[in-house]
Amino acid sequence: MRNTITIAGKELAGYFVQPVAYVVLTVFVLLGGWFFFAMLRQFDEMVQLVQMMGQPDTLRQMNLNTRVIDPLLHDLSVVLVIVMPALTMRVFAEEKRSGTYELLLTAPIRTGEIVAGKFLAAGAFTLVMVALAWIFPLILIVFGNPEVGVMFAGYLGLFLLALSFVSVGLFTSSLTQNQIIAAISSFGILILLFVISWPAEAGGGVVWALLKYLSLPEHFSTMVRGVIDTSDVVFFLSVVGTALFLTQRSVESARWR
Amino acid sequence: MIDVKHLTKAYGSFVAVKDVSFKAEKGQILGFLGPNGAGKTTTMRIITGFMPATAGTVEIDGLDIFNNSLEARRRIGYLPENPPLYVDMRVEGYLRFVAKLRGVKRAEIDGAVDHVVQVTGLSDMTGRICGQLSKGYRQRVGLAQALVHNPPVLVLDEPTIGLDPRQIHEIRELIRGLAGDRTIVLSTHILPEVSQICDKVVIINDGRVALEEMIKDIPEGTSLEEVFLHAIAREGHAAEAGAEETLEEVGAGHSA
Repeated sequence: MRNTITIAGKELAGYFVQPVAYVVLTVFVLLGGWFFFAMLRQFDEMVQLVQMMGQPDTLRQMNLNTRVIDPLLHDLSVVLVIVMPALTMRVFAEEKRSGTYELLLTAPIRTGEIVAGKFLAAGAFTLVMVALAWIFPLILIVFGNPEVGVMFAGYLGLFLLALSFVSVGLFTSSLTQNQIIAAISSFGILILLFVISWPAEAGGGVVWALLKYLSLPEHFSTMVRGVIDTSDVVFFLSVVGTALFLTQRSVESARWR
Repeated sequence: MIDVKHLTKAYGSFVAVKDVSFKAEKGQILGFLGPNGAGKTTTMRIITGFMPATAGTVEIDGLDIFNNSLEARRRIGYLPENPPLYVDMRVEGYLRFVAKLRGVKRAEIDGAVDHVVQVTGLSDMTGRICGQLSKGYRQRVGLAQALVHNPPVLVLDEPTIGLDPRQIHEIRELIRGLAGDRTIVLSTHILPEVSQICDKVVIINDGRVALEEMIKDIPEGTSLEEVFLHAIAREGHAAEAGAEETLEEVGAGHSA
């Protein structure tokens, strides 16, 4: 445990002294701001339109959660697909290239502790990212009347989604000493997990059901709608668990090859 | 202290180390000599537990580096070929990190870091960023991280490479001062280095041990260079021997 914290502390400090993390953070929040602005404008225009047409029933049905936060979270999840591989690509690849991997693997610590420490640090950084994106709900709370619980569930979904991206990124980074290869392959896996249910939209059967189950947006959407279903949480945690297990195996494999 | 038995390492079909055995006792400095590509770095990486051997065993203080890995690794300080520095950390922060990683007790970390900083002459550099250090200082930080947990066994892969003559002298003095009751294995291809600071020499060529000898047992008047070339030549291939003969013949023809 102590070793895990040692590694996590060093890694987390590392995120704040190198530019990649700041770029990821900035891109994430800036794009989020732009999406938020766009959604809000659309919402505003529609409200005015409905008011002009004098339809009080429709007006009552329109709310900030489904019209602003829901699409915003989906847009942010796509931004995460693009920026998270850039955040995690260096985690193992850089150590292998610079030779510090020898220091880590010859230190009296277990590979599981190395992987856990690196995941904790990346997870903590992800938490900072998602927390900064709370600025948008905060604005709505100050100037409007959205449902806070639903937004919370959505943001929890975004955080869990980001954690699964992190764990996939750690895995691809552990396979190579080339950061570009790590980033592109984790990008590929994430995109695949995003579109894996596409051929299943129409069909039935066990295979299609499985593809649907593996689809990340499927589980994410439920949480964005405000439903915290244990099965969705379990799904994200098992993606994290599987990817971290593979990462540990991949790091450990240096000891049997 | 270090007992290497019948070590073999194959990378696919290429065999880098073939049946290498040698021993280093407590208090000894063992010089590990050999031409480039002879298998020195591979052997050291196996000794430190960075990679496994295809066959054979390594025991550190009686502990198998593979089966009793954590305990064995605790006893080793390792300076790899390239000092394993995190380029964006400061020297002090880096050494504290390594100390924690190697299991130095929380209360003793300050003292341990201060001590190695003094010993390696880094006192003015503790606030510097590792990536901005010169080659000589990187090497010292590399040595400092190998020493920070006061290990009984030190494995140094070419500790004086890339240093200027004054730094080489300092690092050699430092290593000699470190010996005491430690066991040190250092690799190099600078021959005088071995005769100056080592108690024992192991010459490795083409993955095989060509010679294992105490420095004091090398006959007086014989330079280590002669011993080295002789050992290498004995291990050399028949083809090379043939080429040498041809050259000699050419030489003879000229003088005639």
